[in-house]
Amino acid sequence: MRMSHSALALVRGALTGHTGWPRTWDSPLPRDRYKVIVVGAGGHGLATAYYLGRNHGITDVAVLEKGWLGGGNTGRNTTIIRSNYLQDASSAIYEKSRALYEGLSQELNYNVMFSPRGVMMLAQTEHEVRGYLRTARANYLQGVETRFITPEEVQKRVPIIRLDGPRYPVLGALWQPRAGTARHDAVAWGYARACSAMGMHILENCEVTGVRSDAGRVSGVETTRGAIGCERLAIVVAGHSGRLAQMAGFRLPVESVTLQALVSEPVKPCMDVVVMANTVHGYLSQSDKGEMVIGGGADGFNNFTQRGSWHHIEETVRALVETFPMLSRLKMLRQWGGVVDMTGDRSPILSPTPLGGCYINCGWGTGGFKAIPGSGWAMAEMVANEAPGPLAAPFGLERFREGRFIDESVAAGVAH
Amino acid sequence: MLMLTCPCCGVSAEETEFAPGGAAHLRRAGPGTPDDAFEAYMFQRDNPRGVHFERWRHAYGCGKWFLAARCTRTLRVLGTYSARTTEPPADLAAEPPVDLAADLRAPAAEAPA
Repeated sequence: MRMSHSALALVRGALTGHTGWPRTWDSPLPRDRYKVIVVGAGGHGLATAYYLGRNHGITDVAVLEKGWLGGGNTGRNTTIIRSNYLQDASSAIYEKSRALYEGLSQELNYNVMFSPRGVMMLAQTEHEVRGYLRTARANYLQGVETRFITPEEVQKRVPIIRLDGPRYPVLGALWQPRAGTARHDAVAWGYARACSAMGMHILENCEVTGVRSDAGRVSGVETTRGAIGCERLAIVVAGHSGRLAQMAGFRLPVESVTLQALVSEPVKPCMDVVVMANTVHGYLSQSDKGEMVIGGGADGFNNFTQRGSWHHIEETVRALVETFPMLSRLKMLRQWGGVVDMTGDRSPILSPTPLGGCYINCGWGTGGFKAIPGSGWAMAEMVANEAPGPLAAPFGLERFREGRFIDESVAAGVAH
Repeated sequence: MLMLTCPCCGVSAEETEFAPGGAAHLRRAGPGTPDDAFEAYMFQRDNPRGVHFERWRHAYGCGKWFLAARCTRTLRVLGTYSARTTEPPADLAAEPPVDLAADLRAPAAEAPA
């Protein structure tokens, strides 16, 4: 039994100089063979492994990670969780995810600091007003609680906002009261701890360098820590999906670009909701430490460097300062970028692949963190049953050939 | 900040003067093309972590389209060339070794191919 993080344990730790804490997850040597190998120990990969064990009883699982656990986009996002999407397929998986986040701390017995503080998406053009009214009605039919609120209510909930433009006046907002934020590292660590407790192997510094197959079916992977056999393979590597797909012998409708975010110096509490302004490509929330967390736009060109273009930060901050004048006095502390995988219709891919026994989960683009539990749930179901379940089925690779897009990028309601 | 040289008008400028246009050298799928070929043309991309051939437009300059070879791992622009080129130029297909000293001496010295 793993040590719990109870109040008593914390007191004991404080009295003993915090020297007695055990590792949160084990660091075993790789076995020769596993039933399932998950490539990528970010949020999505770990959630996939966790729900394979929890929902399907498959615990002969290894999660391979080329760097350190949660060191990719899981550690590089703005931690926003919401499910106010327009299309039914997206709404179903993101709402499943948001609902799982609500009980995640209890389920994992690990505080992921889910804070359902409410997410507000500003309508700053007439087009956006119409778009969000439509989304609010779609959400009503989907059973997702959202509503369109007036500028007065926006001002009441966000005192630091300036409503009257001049360039982009606030004309209203789409409000999802049960959306919010969570602690990104804790989500990865909590899942990792639960996977380790079920006997799964989490292998860090283990980069996959090749995929082995036998008669059209996956038989294992080659890694920097030797060859490992497997019966089924789940590729969950976000920006680097293209390389893994190439190793497995197929191509993806994915391009990798850099998405940036930045945080300010910490200030006293001034905004207790998340505000997204999609017209100007900026979103803002205040972290528990008091930093204003600002998410920006993605670059227009392929990039694997985790460094974005300077002018995107400038454009994001310039636009946000107009709506939040107090930001102009803040110094920015840190800026970073993550490699996000963008698909043709800006919706994710959860799909079987041309290689038998190999499944891929990618294309979450600029919005993967919010989807971690739901994506893991759906991916585990697909890997366990060797067929996509109802959550994953609409997100198959074949939709690009069939022209059956889940078109969120032009349907309003997403920050892409 | 990327520095690009427009092969049409010869101007070297920062990336804000240009607009990116996605992967280059795609073979257009015409009428009667099978679904596989159309999917490959329309959606599937190599997305390399290395040299990427891509389209750019000199949006705030001469307005013309051109092609560039750029490394997505280091952000170095290896060269730009005419949009009338159908195949990726062989001399730009591999990234030369990084010479940090030369970069420091002349940061904008990326000459057109």
